[in-house]
Amino acid sequence: MTYIAKPKLHHPSLVRNKAGFTRRDYEGAVSTLCAGCGHDSISAAIIQACYELDILPHQVAKLSGIGCSSKAPTYFVGASHGFNTVHGRMPSVMTGANLANKDLMYMGVSGDGDSASIGLGQFAHIMRRGVNMTYIVMNNGVYGLTKGQFSATADKGSISKKGAANSDESIDLVSLAILMGATFVGRSFSGDKHQLVPLIKAAMSHKGAAFLDVISPCVAFNNHAGSTKSYEYVREHNEAVNRLDFIEDREEITTQYEPGTATTVQQHDGSLLRLRKLGEEYDPSDKVAAMKRVQEGLAEGEVVTGLLYLDPTPKDLHQNLNTVDVALNTLGTADLCPGSATLDRINASLR
Amino acid sequence: MPPAIAAVNDFVVKFANVNGSGSASANELFARSILRMGVPVSPRNIFPSNIQGLPTWYEVRVTEKGYLGRRGGVDMMVAMNPQTWAQDVKEIEPGGYLFYDSTKPMPSSMFRDDINVIGVPLTAITNATYTDARQRQLFKNIIYVGALSILLGIDPEEIKRLFGEQFKGKEKLLDSNVKALNLGRDWASQHLDASAVKLKVRRANTVGNRIFVEGNNAAALGAVYGGATVCAWYPITPSSSLAEAFQSHCKRLRHDKETGKAKYAIIQAEDELASIGMVIGAGWNGARAFTSTSGPGISLMTEFIGLASFAEVPAVIVNVQRGGPSTGMPTRTQQSDLLSCAYASNGDTKHVLLFPEDPRECFEFTAEALDLADRLQTPVFVMTDLDIGMNHRLCEPFKWDDNRQLDRGKVMTAEELEAGKTFGRYLDVDGDGIPFRTYPGTHPTKGSYFTRGTTKDEYAKYSEEGAVYVRNMERLQKKLHTASKIAPQPLRYSSPKPTRYGVIYFGSTSPAMAEALDHLEADGNHVNALRVRSFPFSKAVEDFIHEHDKVFIVEQNRDAQLRTMLMADFTLDARKLVPVLHFDGTPITARFIASDIAKKLDQMKVVPFEKAAS
Repeated sequence: MTYIAKPKLHHPSLVRNKAGFTRRDYEGAVSTLCAGCGHDSISAAIIQACYELDILPHQVAKLSGIGCSSKAPTYFVGASHGFNTVHGRMPSVMTGANLANKDLMYMGVSGDGDSASIGLGQFAHIMRRGVNMTYIVMNNGVYGLTKGQFSATADKGSISKKGAANSDESIDLVSLAILMGATFVGRSFSGDKHQLVPLIKAAMSHKGAAFLDVISPCVAFNNHAGSTKSYEYVREHNEAVNRLDFIEDREEITTQYEPGTATTVQQHDGSLLRLRKLGEEYDPSDKVAAMKRVQEGLAEGEVVTGLLYLDPTPKDLHQNLNTVDVALNTLGTADLCPGSATLDRINASLR
Repeated sequence: MPPAIAAVNDFVVKFANVNGSGSASANELFARSILRMGVPVSPRNIFPSNIQGLPTWYEVRVTEKGYLGRRGGVDMMVAMNPQTWAQDVKEIEPGGYLFYDSTKPMPSSMFRDDINVIGVPLTAITNATYTDARQRQLFKNIIYVGALSILLGIDPEEIKRLFGEQFKGKEKLLDSNVKALNLGRDWASQHLDASAVKLKVRRANTVGNRIFVEGNNAAALGAVYGGATVCAWYPITPSSSLAEAFQSHCKRLRHDKETGKAKYAIIQAEDELASIGMVIGAGWNGARAFTSTSGPGISLMTEFIGLASFAEVPAVIVNVQRGGPSTGMPTRTQQSDLLSCAYASNGDTKHVLLFPEDPRECFEFTAEALDLADRLQTPVFVMTDLDIGMNHRLCEPFKWDDNRQLDRGKVMTAEELEAGKTFGRYLDVDGDGIPFRTYPGTHPTKGSYFTRGTTKDEYAKYSEEGAVYVRNMERLQKKLHTASKIAPQPLRYSSPKPTRYGVIYFGSTSPAMAEALDHLEADGNHVNALRVRSFPFSKAVEDFIHEHDKVFIVEQNRDAQLRTMLMADFTLDARKLVPVLHFDGTPITARFIASDIAKKLDQMKVVPFEKAAS
């Protein structure tokens, strides 16, 4: 959705990752979002995460719904296939895509209108099915592309740019994702790259339904006094429960931690998540405690961020369905078609 | 008192039962036993949207000639449901037979004096033999099958053989069923005069090697043979048994022998929007995927169907049509979703529809639809209906050519991309309107593109430029023209004598139409017939219309939907296409078609249409 072609020439001094790609190889088209849009920062964090994870760009499949956020997949990992589906229905398309080929990495990008309003049903169901994916909601509490209507994540009492107060209860996607059975749930802020990049890396390495709610201020329609999704508000009310360091298993652990200040969790793929404690005791493996902490934050008007819930070894949809080890889209006639002799037997049983 | 109806191998028996009483399997046993005697039968379930307690009927047409359409009229009513007694008794043809449970005496006012009444004290017999309530209920049904076998001359050995197959390895069940059958037979032999019932089954040899199967089961098997690996569905009558049959076929046919793992994935989605979304996601990512649904499901899927069509993603949708609009008649049959499927979604859209006539074609067309969807990169609908889908129908056995390979259509490979072959996702390189696609993950640097429902150029780049848009829309039209050439072509049945009259029909109307043509021909009304099997229509359909002065269009809907589509596709004089419409939710009958066409022909002959109009 851009009219400006991005130059493809890279500076020769750019550092290549283990997969042989530079950071710029993970970029997409030039963004057509507003200058200062939080979504662009999230795209940049995704690019950084993919680069640091040494992902082969074409092994990512990007899916989105409709809205400003759903435009974002055009702006990162341009060498991968993308699918801009219909409003609120990206989860079902991503589920189907995942069923067809479990070997790709699925990145679903959605917005608060797309996931919490029109698409709330599909949002809930993709979490409960345990689709192996990273689902990011770029959450700004507002409909940007249609010029500033409240979305379902807008906090009760928050004020629109035109001065109207939101009288409806807000939907907290983090609570919902935990409740629905997502096995990796985090929240972050588009303005906090240091928190966001490791969260995305950890989510992409998670073999199950990973959800990230990223508060992403809309500079055009929701960045004013009275908004609870503005840069200023989120900076003032951001309560991180932990800090995450993402360590690939093959990497040498160089960072030193004071005893008792960090816990290490190993995910299914071998990656290590080191969680640095921040002031409070927080155990992300305790689902009930996670729900309690998130709800307390909501009651206090805090934006609780960090890795909020993690089941490091979940069973994903393919495991539940007991599908074959190869991708279903690689099966051919011989694998799938039982042939005429079998059909003759079936005919005989129908007489 | 009119004479008792006498017929050998050509009559209709209708069973009136209470839903959930176990009558369905007994009634099916009755139908199958006649089939095993070499006499074709055509049974139909007439059931409510209910699990227990409401009235349900099972109508068996015994037809040595092999007329498998619904005949209309009832020669013998097996009245087992007091709730519907009056209606059931009324429905019997004069001279017909009423078979009922005579345990409780009934006043003569409850009967008719122009029918033959056969009372069997079923409840008394059952209660004297069984103490368990469920056994009483189930075996009562078998007892009436036993009594009927005496009256109609059904060979009990065939029934016992069917028990043997059904209860293989469950000797206790086998014995108790045979016992119940004999209870009915013994009572009837001792107390009734079988010769008074002049409806008889006589062993014949007109079934051949045909199979007896439901269309939903057949379509599900077609999906297995057609290589579907992903099925996403949402329960809705009358299509639910299709996805369930796919599951059971896959359990037997699609597990890896060594690991036991599944070569398929089935998701019962949260709604129809999600089921079609999953199908589209899987299709985009290179797996063969389908969903099965009915009219209300199509309504929900409409936005997604537009996306799949415009973004050019393969998808197969089996629509087991039921009575509409809205929730309509969920357990009755119609062909009333033609327009909503053919033109589903906003903007200028048109989709490929296939019209199977019976379970055999449900199998073939579902497998074919999976090929066509890949070849055309678009949604393909298999337009079956409740009449085909949920009734056992006698049909030719399924066939499969072992040399047949799944045709995945135009998919560019990593090797071709590497060799420098030009890839434009929406570039028409062959002049048939069908571009090449790539599966996600094909090549590290080449062949990726962004799929979207917005307008784009030949290289999948977003564009709102008028000329680019028009080019794309015209290419899509060309693709649909290609579809009309590669989809199943219409079949023509010519009258032995030259005629100015033609008839066009499709789908489940087929058996009734075949019979109606015989009736018409016998009455000297010569009509050529064309069975349309797909949309967009092929040129043969247009040629057929131009060949005749008047063409009857026989459909099971109110608005003459196929006729509307014919009018939209071809330049025709509207007066030339004469609608013949049946839409009360029951399957169309030969009696209706033949009499309606004969009546209309008669009117045309009295005052030639051209003169009247001028």
